[in-house]
Amino acid sequence: MGGSSPCASCKLLRRRCAKDCIFAPYFPSDDPHKFSIVHKVFGASNVSKMLQELPIHQRADAVSSLVYEANARVRDPVYGCVGAISYLQNQVSQLQMQLAVAQAEILCIQMQQEPNLPITQMDQDERSLLLSTNFNNIPQCLSFASSSNVIQDPLKRESLWI
Amino acid sequence: MISPRCAACKYLRRRCPSDCIFSLYFPPNDPQRFACVHRIYGASNVAKILQQLPPNLRAQAADTLYFEAHYRIQDPVYGCVGIISQLYQQIHNAESELAKTQAEIAFLNCNPQEEVQPIEANYSNFNNLLPNQYCPPSTQNSWFN
Repeated sequence: MGGSSPCASCKLLRRRCAKDCIFAPYFPSDDPHKFSIVHKVFGASNVSKMLQELPIHQRADAVSSLVYEANARVRDPVYGCVGAISYLQNQVSQLQMQLAVAQAEILCIQMQQEPNLPITQMDQDERSLLLSTNFNNIPQCLSFASSSNVIQDPLKRESLWI
Repeated sequence: MISPRCAACKYLRRRCPSDCIFSLYFPPNDPQRFACVHRIYGASNVAKILQQLPPNLRAQAADTLYFEAHYRIQDPVYGCVGIISQLYQQIHNAESELAKTQAEIAFLNCNPQEEVQPIEANYSNFNNLLPNQYCPPSTQNSWFN
């Protein structure tokens, strides 16, 4: 009856895996790549310090996010996770503008259907202009999909937690 | 005239050579920037990452390393991944709201005589997560393949 096998970290670092090894619960020996990539980007001692500063119940999530960031940095050494953030922020901005256009379209439809709705701050000329706006000819910065288009989801949403 | 040491060499208490890999990206007037990056990645890992990149990309890499280190210090559990999570949630919410709004448009177009409730515009602020000074060019391919 031998001892349990060393965790992936201690295997990579070629050291004895102590009973209270800080890495052992999060870097099992059957997934050597997980520790290897975190060690490559952050370094074992930095990871150990980060984990030690956290309460035990938060360490698993911290490890998952570190692995995610490390993978991102290896895939994209220049931008890492920031590339993804930038991409997603653009998505949010585009959706926000599409939503604004759609809500403006509803207002227009309402005005067409209920011409006597009180719009106190708009004079007759402005109202006529709004009613005659063709949403297919809006300026480029707002030229998004018309109401009949289905929003495509180009993102393959990788699971954030490995 | 001796040029001042960069923030990295000052921090590491060593001489700053003329070909120091850090000097262009960690100027002496911003010691906190290198301290932050050193705390999360360590000097040798940062040097390795920078050395593997062509010189024209190192400035951006240093910026993003600093950004990620900064957010890891602010949020030791989730770091940048917390931001990504929030953005996915915001995209999901915006898509739902957009689908609802488009369904309303379709309904109104089909039922012109129906009484309509005034729509209240709901403009959530989706763009308050990143600091204004950093806006990398959008990246293609590798992240979403």
